[in-house]
Amino acid sequence: MENIAHNFPFVASALLMGVAFYIILFKKNLIKLIMGIGMLSSGVNLFIVALGYRTGGNVPIYTDVPEGLMVLSVPQALTLTSIVINVAVLALMLTMVIHTYRHTGDIDSEKSRKLKG
Amino acid sequence: MLSKIVRTVANQLILFILIFGLYVIAHGHLTPGGGFQGGAVVVSGVVMLMVAFSSQDFKKSLNERLLTIMESTGALIFAALGFGGLGTVFFYNFLVGSPIFGRIPPTGPGPGDFWTAGFIPLMNFAVGLKVIAGLSAVILAIALFARGEEMEE
Amino acid sequence: MDFLVTHAPILIVALPLVAAFVIPLIGIGRAGDRGRNIFSLVILGLIVFLVAILAENVHAVGIRVYTFGATAPELALPHGYMVPVRIIFEVDSMSIFMGIIVTTVALAALIYSLHFMKGQTGQARFYSLMFLLYAAMMGLAFTGDMFNLFVFLEIASIAGAGLAAYRTNMADAVEGGFKYIVISAISALLVLFAIGILYAQYNVLNIAALAYYMQYTPLDMLALGLLAGAFVIKLAGAPLHMWAPDTYTVAPAGSTPMILAASYMSMYALYRVTFTMYGGQIDTTAIGWIVIIVGVLSMFIGVMMAVHQTDIKRMMAYHAISQGGYMLLGVGVGLAVLADPVALANYGRDAMNGGIFHIINHVFYKSLLFMTAEAIFFRIGTRDTNKMGGLARNMKWTTAFYVIGALAISGIPPFNGFASKLLIYETVLKFSPVLSVIAMFVSLVTLASFAKVFYAAFTGPELPAFREVREVPKSMIIGMSILAACIIFLGLFPGLVVDNIVAPATDALINHTAYVNAVMGAVP
Repeated sequence: MENIAHNFPFVASALLMGVAFYIILFKKNLIKLIMGIGMLSSGVNLFIVALGYRTGGNVPIYTDVPEGLMVLSVPQALTLTSIVINVAVLALMLTMVIHTYRHTGDIDSEKSRKLKG
Repeated sequence: MLSKIVRTVANQLILFILIFGLYVIAHGHLTPGGGFQGGAVVVSGVVMLMVAFSSQDFKKSLNERLLTIMESTGALIFAALGFGGLGTVFFYNFLVGSPIFGRIPPTGPGPGDFWTAGFIPLMNFAVGLKVIAGLSAVILAIALFARGEEMEE
Repeated sequence: MDFLVTHAPILIVALPLVAAFVIPLIGIGRAGDRGRNIFSLVILGLIVFLVAILAENVHAVGIRVYTFGATAPELALPHGYMVPVRIIFEVDSMSIFMGIIVTTVALAALIYSLHFMKGQTGQARFYSLMFLLYAAMMGLAFTGDMFNLFVFLEIASIAGAGLAAYRTNMADAVEGGFKYIVISAISALLVLFAIGILYAQYNVLNIAALAYYMQYTPLDMLALGLLAGAFVIKLAGAPLHMWAPDTYTVAPAGSTPMILAASYMSMYALYRVTFTMYGGQIDTTAIGWIVIIVGVLSMFIGVMMAVHQTDIKRMMAYHAISQGGYMLLGVGVGLAVLADPVALANYGRDAMNGGIFHIINHVFYKSLLFMTAEAIFFRIGTRDTNKMGGLARNMKWTTAFYVIGALAISGIPPFNGFASKLLIYETVLKFSPVLSVIAMFVSLVTLASFAKVFYAAFTGPELPAFREVREVPKSMIIGMSILAACIIFLGLFPGLVVDNIVAPATDALINHTAYVNAVMGAVP
C-alpha cells in the first residue's frame, strides 16, 4: 500500500500515456488525434516533474538551504520548455486541421485523404 | 459581439490582467514565473477582449505590422544579450557586479532583492514581449480563419 | 581569425537564428524583396566560411568543446565540480561531417528558391522557416547535451512541417505537413520520456557524462529502445516509413532537400546515442543485427513500392527510403563486428566508411533529383508521368541534371554512388553473402525505375500542350549545378574524400572514449 502511495504520480503518468496511445492508434477523428497527443504530452510532463521530488525536501529558492534535502529544480525547467514546445506544436496541428476541413469538408481521417499508394 | 455588461466588464478587467501579467514577467527571477508564464497571462486577457468584442472588430483596431515588429524585437533583444557576452563566452552573464541588476543576494531565506541576477530579468522581458506578440497572432489568425477571413502578412 | 575559430560552433547556430527574425523586419521596411534576397545570401556565405574553418580546425586539432556562460570556452568541468553543469556544444569529426553536408545542401536550396518563390504570398515566412530549419539542424549536429538534442529536434520538426504545408491552397500539401508534424510530435515525446528515465537514474543530462556514469540497468535498456525507436521513425526506416512519401512529395521549392537532410540528422542522432552514449556496454552483435534488418527491409520495401508510382516526386521519395537502408546496412555491419578486432580491421571499418560515405552521396544526388522534379512542376504544373512527354527538347539543362542524378543513384561509374555502393557490396559480402545479393538486386531495380521515368517524361514526341515550355530561370540552374558539380567531384576523387572526411568520422564513432575524455578530463 505504501509503495503505491509513494509511486502514485508515476502510476498516474503511465495511465495517461496508455490512454493517449489508445486514442492515437484507434480513433479516426482528427480532433481526437490532437487531443490524444495533448494527453501524451501531459503524461510525459507529469513524469518529469514527479521524478524530481525528494521526500521531506525544501523549496529550491534559497541560496543556502537551512538543513536537509532540496527538491530538484532542473526537471521543472525541462518541463517548462516541453510545455512551451507542445503549445506551438498543437497550434500548428489545429491550423492544419482547419485547412483540411476547408478543402475536403470532412475531418475523418479515412475520408479526407488525398495521397494514396 | 456580446452584451453591454460583458463588454463593460471586459474593458475594466483588462487593466488588472495586464498589470498582473507584467508583474509575473518582471519577478521571474524571484517568484515562480518568468517570460512564458507572464506572457500567457497577458494573452489570456487579450483573448477575453477578442471574445467580448468580435474578432473582426478586434482586427480593425489592431495594426498587424505591430505584432510582427514586437515579435522580432523580442527575439533580437534576447540574441543581443547573448552576443553581449561574446568577449568571454556566449551567454556569459556580463551584468553581474555592475550597478544595473548586478547585486549578489545574501544567503538564507528572505523577501528577495529585485536588482539581482544579472541579465536574466532583461531576458524575461524579451521573452515576454515575444510570447505576447506570438500567441496573440496565433489566436487572432485561427479566430479569423475559422470565420472565413484571412490575416494579412 | 582565432576568435572566429574559437567561437565558430555557436556563431554557426546563432547567426541563422538572428537572420530568421531579422528577415520579417526587412520585408516590412522599404528594402523589400531584393534586400531580403541579398541579406540571405550574405548570411549564408558567412556561415559557409565559418563551417569551412571549423572543419579544418577539428581535423587538425581534435574535438572542440564550447561551454555556454563559463569563464572560458573549454572549461566544461570547473574547479571542484564532479559533473559538467552547463550546456555544452561538442564538435567532433562526425558532427562536422554532417555539418558540411547540411551547409552545402542549404546553399543550393536557397539559391534555387530565390526565383521559385516569386509571386507567392508570405515569402518572409518561407525564408524565416528555412533559416530556422538550418539552425536547428546545425544545433542537432553540434550538441553535447541530451535535452538540447530534444529541443533542436522539435524546432526542426516544426519548421519542416511549416515548410511542407506551405502551399495551403492545395489539399494534399496540408495533409503531408499534418502527417509530418503528428509523427514528429509523438516521436519527440518518446525521446523526452527516455531522457526523463536517464535523468532519474544519473542526475546528469550531458552525453559525455552519461556515457561516463552509465551502468547498463534494465531501465537503461528501456531508454535505449525508446530512443532508437523514435529515431528510426524520424529517419523513415521501414516498417515505420509511412509518412515519408506524403511529406517529401508536397514540399515546395528548395525545402524538400532540407527536410530530407533533417531525416539524416535523426540518423546521426541514432549513431551518437548507440555508439557514443551506450558505447562499450551494449551487446553490439544483437543491436547490429537489428540495424541490419531495418536497413534491408527499408531497401526492399522502398524500391518495390517505387517501381509502380506515377507521381515523379513520390517515386523519388520511396527511393529515398530505400537508399536510407543502404546506410543502415553499412553501419549495422560495422556495429555488429565492433567487439571483434580482427573482423573490425578486416571489413568492419570499411563497411562503416561505406555507410557514412553513402550519406553524403545520397543527400547530394537525391536533392538534385528532387530539384529537377520541382523544376518540371514549375514549368508544366503537374507531377504525373502519364501526362508528360518530350520535355528534353525544351528543357536541356533539367534533362542533363536528371541524367546525372539517375546514373548516380544507380551506382554507375564515374559518379559518386558507385564508390560508396562498391564499398558496401564488398564488405557486406565478407559478412554475409545473402545481404550483398539483396543490395545488388535493389540497385538494379532502382536503375530500371529511373530509366522508365526518363523514357516517359523526357524522350519521345513533343506533346502539343508543352510546345511553349521554356527552360527554368537562371537561379534554379545555378542551384542545381552546385550539387551536380559536387556529385562529379565526389565521383572522380572518392579516395580523397574518404581519407579526409569520412575516415575521421568513422574513427570518432568507434572510439567513444575520446569523446568522453574531452569533457570529463582527468576526473578519476
